[in-house]
Amino acid sequence: MYLSELTSRLADGFLVTLQLLGWSMLIATVLGTALAAMRVSPIPPLRALGVSYVNVFRNTPLVVLFLITVVGLPELNLLTGSFFWRAVTALSMYTAAFVCEVVRSGINTVQVGQAEAARSVGLTFTQTLRHVVLPQAFRNVIPPLASVYIALTKNTSVASAFGILDLTYQLSDLIEDFPGSLYWNFISIAACYILIVAVISGAAALFERRVGVSR
Amino acid sequence: MATRIAGRTRRAAVAAMAAGCALVLAACGGDDSEGANVEVEENPEFPEGSTMAEFAEAGQIEIGVKFDQPGVGFMAPGADVPTGFDIEMGKIVAGALGIAPEDITWTETVSDNREPFLQQGTVDIVIASYSITEERRQVVGQTGPYYVTGQQILVREEDKETITGPEDLAQAKTCSVTGSTSLSNVVDDYGAEPVPFDTYSDCVTQLQNGSVDAVTTDGAILLGYAAQAPDELEVVGETFSEERYGIGYQKGDTEFCEFLNETIQASYEDGSWAEAFESTLGESGVETPEQPELDSCQ
Repeated sequence: MYLSELTSRLADGFLVTLQLLGWSMLIATVLGTALAAMRVSPIPPLRALGVSYVNVFRNTPLVVLFLITVVGLPELNLLTGSFFWRAVTALSMYTAAFVCEVVRSGINTVQVGQAEAARSVGLTFTQTLRHVVLPQAFRNVIPPLASVYIALTKNTSVASAFGILDLTYQLSDLIEDFPGSLYWNFISIAACYILIVAVISGAAALFERRVGVSR
Repeated sequence: MATRIAGRTRRAAVAAMAAGCALVLAACGGDDSEGANVEVEENPEFPEGSTMAEFAEAGQIEIGVKFDQPGVGFMAPGADVPTGFDIEMGKIVAGALGIAPEDITWTETVSDNREPFLQQGTVDIVIASYSITEERRQVVGQTGPYYVTGQQILVREEDKETITGPEDLAQAKTCSVTGSTSLSNVVDDYGAEPVPFDTYSDCVTQLQNGSVDAVTTDGAILLGYAAQAPDELEVVGETFSEERYGIGYQKGDTEFCEFLNETIQASYEDGSWAEAFESTLGESGVETPEQPELDSCQ
């Protein structure tokens, strides 16, 4: 009875956590890369926008962002839809600031000569970034990017306090219904998170061996 | 990196607490019931070496209660002592041990930590809207019930025609507190779409801004919120589950259990139980219920 309950609830929670993670990771990476491009662009207002974004979102506690998207914005008739997308919004806005800084540091490792050569053969700024600089930049920042994703994995647990039935929510539920099996409740939930984090670390190690820059 | 993340989380926790306080403040300002006066026994006699004798000797007791349930166990912002029906029951128990209300240490317990707190002795007893269940009785002692309530539904005023009972909750977004039995009841039995939040006041906020369709938990708690916004919120339907609130104690202490039962029984008979109810939950307009029959301490 306990075992079947445990596995079915773990499966439910695991799926929700994965969905949260997947969408937030995707949006944060796209948004973060765009922000990094803005921060290195030759247009001053874009640079200022990028800097402000990072300053605001990197320095705001995640829970405050959740309060804004889950409690604040709906009062203004924004984001009134599902709780899932409110959580994804908070998580990806927050993580994008970190992705931006990681990607920007990667861009800075690519020697200036590369960009200059690209410009001299007639590529525009966007083309230079897309075809020459960013591919090399990403190869240089695989370890810190993996750290950002791992932090994101753990941060998804905050959503359990804001209407999402993720793994952490299932843990509270299990504690409530099976107070006699505390150890198993905690260990199995922890194992699920470890599994996700291990996959991210493993993938990062693989990419680093395959495409990482070795000097 | 690791320390930076830890620091941020701590700040986040403080911010969450601050925000939580603000919400509670907004939701429940100005409710300042002092509760009933409780009789304190002078030099009560207990068998040598019993738990009661220990407490009476020490002259103090630590009671785990809820801090976030108006009318049941609630710590108003800025207050030093909590108020509510559970608190009054705590005073009655302490009084029977010869301990004055000011010598009680009130410790907040949340739904998740009640069993560990009892097992590890962090608190001496738990009176925290603590429903008696078989699973819990495997790990802690639970005596009572001193109060029987049931799950009900809170909806927006305009929805009270469409949602009239748990049968109407199928596919409806239904909010309750993380880890509560109320949520699994409506999900398993009526197919509601669950939305968990940390506190009931968060749920009520989401109900008011239209993000969820209903809030469900024990009727007593809902009535407290409905009373605060009578034009906007409405408690609908009959109760559809039975929650029997008990007092949690260290598992196996039968002697202490007998004492708790005698104390509750005495409070039924001398009217202090009814007085405790009327000064707390009764203020939201519910009638004082019948005194529930106590389980025996096997």
